Amino acid sequence: MTAMTYAEAARLALQEEMARDPKVWALGEDLGYEGGMAGQYDGLQAEFGSDRIVDTPISESTIMGAAVGAALAGTRPVAEMRFSDFAMCAVSELVNQAAKARYMFGGQARVPLVARMPIGIRGGIAAQHSQSPEAWYVHTPGLVVVTPSTAADNRGLLKSAIRCDDPVVYMEHKGLWGVVGEVDEDDEEPVPLGVAAKVCSGDDITIVSWAAQIGVAALAADALVEDGISAEVIDLRTLYPWDRDAVMNSAARTGRLLVVHEAVRIGGFGGEIASDVAETLGIPVARLGGERIPIPFSVPLEDAYKIKVDRIVARVRELVA
Amino acid sequence: MSSNLANEPARVAEMFRKMVLIRSFEEAAGEAFHAGHVRGSVHQYIGQESIAVGVCANLREDDYLTSNHRGHGHSIAKGADPRAMMLELFGRVGGTSDGKGGSMHIADFSVGMLGANGVIADGCTMSVGAAQAIRLLGDDKIVVNFIGDGGINRGPFMEALNWAKVYELPVLFICENNQIAATTTTHLVTAGEGIAARAESFGMPATTIDGNDLFEVDRTVARVVAEIRTGGGPQLIQAMTYRLRGHFAHDEAGYRDLAEVEAALGREPIARTEAWLLENGMTADEITTLKAEADSEIIGYVEEAMNAPWPDGKLAFSDVQDVGAPSYPGADQ
Repeated sequence: MTAMTYAEAARLALQEEMARDPKVWALGEDLGYEGGMAGQYDGLQAEFGSDRIVDTPISESTIMGAAVGAALAGTRPVAEMRFSDFAMCAVSELVNQAAKARYMFGGQARVPLVARMPIGIRGGIAAQHSQSPEAWYVHTPGLVVVTPSTAADNRGLLKSAIRCDDPVVYMEHKGLWGVVGEVDEDDEEPVPLGVAAKVCSGDDITIVSWAAQIGVAALAADALVEDGISAEVIDLRTLYPWDRDAVMNSAARTGRLLVVHEAVRIGGFGGEIASDVAETLGIPVARLGGERIPIPFSVPLEDAYKIKVDRIVARVRELVA
Repeated sequence: MSSNLANEPARVAEMFRKMVLIRSFEEAAGEAFHAGHVRGSVHQYIGQESIAVGVCANLREDDYLTSNHRGHGHSIAKGADPRAMMLELFGRVGGTSDGKGGSMHIADFSVGMLGANGVIADGCTMSVGAAQAIRLLGDDKIVVNFIGDGGINRGPFMEALNWAKVYELPVLFICENNQIAATTTTHLVTAGEGIAARAESFGMPATTIDGNDLFEVDRTVARVVAEIRTGGGPQLIQAMTYRLRGHFAHDEAGYRDLAEVEAALGREPIARTEAWLLENGMTADEITTLKAEADSEIIGYVEEAMNAPWPDGKLAFSDVQDVGAPSYPGADQ
């Protein structure tokens, strides 16, 4: 096992997939000299050339639109959008074109692209660089939505996303770029899409989360041990398709469900999971998510938005009491 | 006509046949729409046929084409099967998309036709991507993107022109300037000197031609395609034309001056090409027969489409995606 950061693991994944398949390439702003916002493209332009790691103008519509055209024409592009907030400039290309080309054309086309758009709060970058709009894309037929939370998963899931014949919205969390994890470099097998991971086992409640929030949920589970509450934490890893079996099996056993996400609670994907579990199992369910405000700048204001350990602990105590 | 095409009347006659076939298709599609057999919207290409045909006559089958909402003519000219297209308009089994797409989403990947498009100018960005793929795969194909004059005010058009030129990609942008965007006269909402000037501002060669003159289209596109295919970088051709019908079949275009339409009828491409053929050896009887054959072919497709089976509802659930594919809720019934 090798210790590496979440960003380094993603870089390794892209390097391995580009070496494996000459049709894989990446395009986006500042991939060459800068090596991407977190160094997740470091050295790849030197290794693979500027035709395969393409530095683009600040033209989000065309980064995404070009990825669609290049996918239709037989290649496997990785479109780097830098921030999911900036990817909003390319929603038509992703939602109207990438997600629908196969369907509209009666199965003539495949769109094997990865739309890489980091989400979440990194700290101090405020309302236009911190959003978590994963629910927008989960809501869109044709798309796969992935939210890795560990270095190993960022390697394994990015490999799966690149090999996938569907368009994949790949949402790394900016707060995790520098987080170190253990990665087995010898194991080049991708992590399968649509399969959740159990972070810790428990009997009293199932906590479902993803991306950076999973770390907070795990800390909450640790804290709950002092209360004699045993929480099972499930990292969805892929939001569409979400691992419904894993969640249902766990929730059926523990008898309670809490979904926690950094994204705004109202209209968030937690609502879908909670309502499906409630309809299917008839057990108590609850959600925690951001209030419906823009992400603020100043530390106490940003903290007021976040779902911290104490809030999860308090909500679980209410549910288990 | 100083064109060396004067020595090729058979080639002109074949292009003429395609133009007439497109006209017949569009007239029939409009009639089927008004009769209630075709739903949604039908954007007819009537009056612009010389552009699609003149462009595609200079492309290889493996060259790519991206189109817009007014894509029937582009599709037929590129080699898509008009029978399957008519079935698609009728929403029947055997349509180009088995009824999933309809008029605005005709595609035929087997002839490089990467799709009509319901979103103005999105085809521009997809074209530069297809061109990047060509470069990456080491092919010598080119990409042709058809856009209307209304599309040049969308950001993706300007982004794509910049991008194509920065990377010197093998893309030919054909702007069919029919002078009106839906119901809005384009020059009234477009700043500057217009389409060609916008391309030139990116350092991209732009040529303005009479799009209703098949020979000028053919001659210009032949030159430009050869330049692009041999690495000359992207170019734009502005083909001046006139949309003889409304924006779509249910638009009677009452916002237009009848005198303007009358004048445009005198410049429409089928009559002009026909006049040339009559001067160059084709007889009036031959032309009448050619038109009758086109009508008969298209009417045959309409009759077939009227009687073709409807797709089973469960087909709505296929070809969405592989990972997390939806299941048909009626599957167990």
